[in-house]
Amino acid sequence: QTVTVEVLDHLEHLALVDFRDSEGIERLQKAIQFADQLHEVNTDGIEPMDSVLEDRCLYLRDDDVTEGNCTKELMKNAREKVEEYFVAPPGNIPLPKLEEQDTFLQGS
Amino acid sequence: AVKGTLRFQVSAALREGQITPTELCQRCLSLIKSTKFLNAYITVTEETALKQAEESEKRFRRGQPLGVLDGIPVAVKDNFNTAGIETTCASNRLKGYISPYNATVVQKLLDQGAVLVGKTNLDEFAMGSGSTDGVFGPVRNPWSYSRQYKEKSAPKSHSEDKESEWVIAGGSSGGSAAAVSSFTCFAALGSDTGGSTRNPAAHCGVVGLKPTYGLISRHGLIPLVNSMDVPGILTRCVDDAALVLGSLAGHDPKDSTTIQDKFKPFELPNLPDVSKLSIGIPKEYHAPGLSSEILALWSKAADLFKSAGAKVTEVSLPHTRYSIVCYHVLCTAEVASNMARFDGLEYGHRSDMNKSTESMYAATRREGFNAVVRGRILSGNYFLLKQNYENYFVKAQKVRRLIAQDFGKVFGSGVDVLLTPTTLSQAAPYTEFIKEDNRTRSAQDDILTQAANMAGLPAINVPAALSERGLPVGLQFIGRSFQEKQLLTVAKWFEKEVKFPMIQLEEVKRHDHGVFQHQKSASFS
Repeated sequence: QTVTVEVLDHLEHLALVDFRDSEGIERLQKAIQFADQLHEVNTDGIEPMDSVLEDRCLYLRDDDVTEGNCTKELMKNAREKVEEYFVAPPGNIPLPKLEEQDTFLQGS
Repeated sequence: AVKGTLRFQVSAALREGQITPTELCQRCLSLIKSTKFLNAYITVTEETALKQAEESEKRFRRGQPLGVLDGIPVAVKDNFNTAGIETTCASNRLKGYISPYNATVVQKLLDQGAVLVGKTNLDEFAMGSGSTDGVFGPVRNPWSYSRQYKEKSAPKSHSEDKESEWVIAGGSSGGSAAAVSSFTCFAALGSDTGGSTRNPAAHCGVVGLKPTYGLISRHGLIPLVNSMDVPGILTRCVDDAALVLGSLAGHDPKDSTTIQDKFKPFELPNLPDVSKLSIGIPKEYHAPGLSSEILALWSKAADLFKSAGAKVTEVSLPHTRYSIVCYHVLCTAEVASNMARFDGLEYGHRSDMNKSTESMYAATRREGFNAVVRGRILSGNYFLLKQNYENYFVKAQKVRRLIAQDFGKVFGSGVDVLLTPTTLSQAAPYTEFIKEDNRTRSAQDDILTQAANMAGLPAINVPAALSERGLPVGLQFIGRSFQEKQLLTVAKWFEKEVKFPMIQLEEVKRHDHGVFQHQKSASFS
């Protein structure tokens, strides 16, 4: 079954990248088809595996401050900044809905 | 000098003063310049390399080298952070990003006195199996220009474009593999998530080692799939790989996924003995599309082990054909998560759009990622949607356990090492390769390598022979978790048996005069 435009739009909002053109949507369809092969495997009674190191204890180091004070270094790579702040455009403004957008998905 | 191997030749030469670190560095740098057409390097760190070489020279003069790696030129894949040096991941996303720190593995190399000559080219964000999808262009396999390949190519009329015959280097660590293969450095770091170190190693005729997950620190390696990524090691011989492994492995407090067991660097025996070993041949690795040449080579290799007294048996890894599907889901899911950090605010490319935070993020990401990366992010997000989570992501995690269990059963039954092909065929000409899209290619090419990443096992590509067209073909050994010593011992034995020929490149001949003329055939015949 094909993916609905609603889901495609939802994905674009979640991922904040766009499909750009029909090729992008095709690609997703093919990816889903490919992944569907997983359903041929019988996994009854099998636990999902998060990590190959699941039998070991995760390493926790002591709660000591050993490094830091690198504000200047880190700020060097930001394009827009003021003093020690990264400058972002205003937040809490949702992206335009599909109908209001000028994207490829509008026409599909 | 540039053709020598690390352990036996170059290090000894440096210690005995036959060549100085500065000379060695300069030779490598000029070789990089004359092999620029390979496009193996994104950044050549000429100034810092010469400085490092100078420091190294001072240490040698005092008789106090830091170790075997002191003064040795190395290259690092451009998805490892290197302080003060641009790190791009071959993407517009990170063009101009100057790392504020060194990845742990880079720091370890520098602490041992290694000389960093440059950052190597890759597929954008390490996604791909050809090193053809980065913004700096594709990497060319040095063997395309070897005498061996040129002799076997059908004679073409002069009017035909000889340029279009070059073959791919494999990926995604193609730049690193090409750099080692063309003698511009003695060892290179790659990364391996689905075969990204072993695949280009096979195509470029070099040794490519994927260590056990958890052995080497990933701190500073820009992540693709956190549960499968490992730094990979590319060298011209197995001994060198063991050497580099020795200086990189071990617990890192900055990477909590590194195991805490103390790592003991090892030297491989001079005369490895495989007569007491059990070699497994997984029948499912006779995958559709496997070239008859490689099949024959695989068979011959099995016979070699048999004649040496090893026990060679056919084994079964029943879920092999699902591993690529499983990988596809888990990889895209983890990628969707890992790529979320690229929002333009703290580093990297930032769009001029400033109506709102969300629209700035969206525009920045739109502008910075290529189609492959975007495709994986969108697929990953699809599989992680609430309505799909159980059916795809969790299902894939369950299949992952089945795959890991397959290996567990085989190793548990007494098999020490598995012998399989690394790739389905020799390197394809670039024009052929780009006829299919990235995902299809990756699905085809990763088939033999990525199950090892699923299970976290160590695996190594050893160059085995030249194909009929004069291109390298390698075979893969997969070992038990954390049994790198045994794995590399088997690999070394095999390497000695097959005596893979040295690449004959015009450019290198012109550069290589002096010290090593008589020694260059010491390790290879």
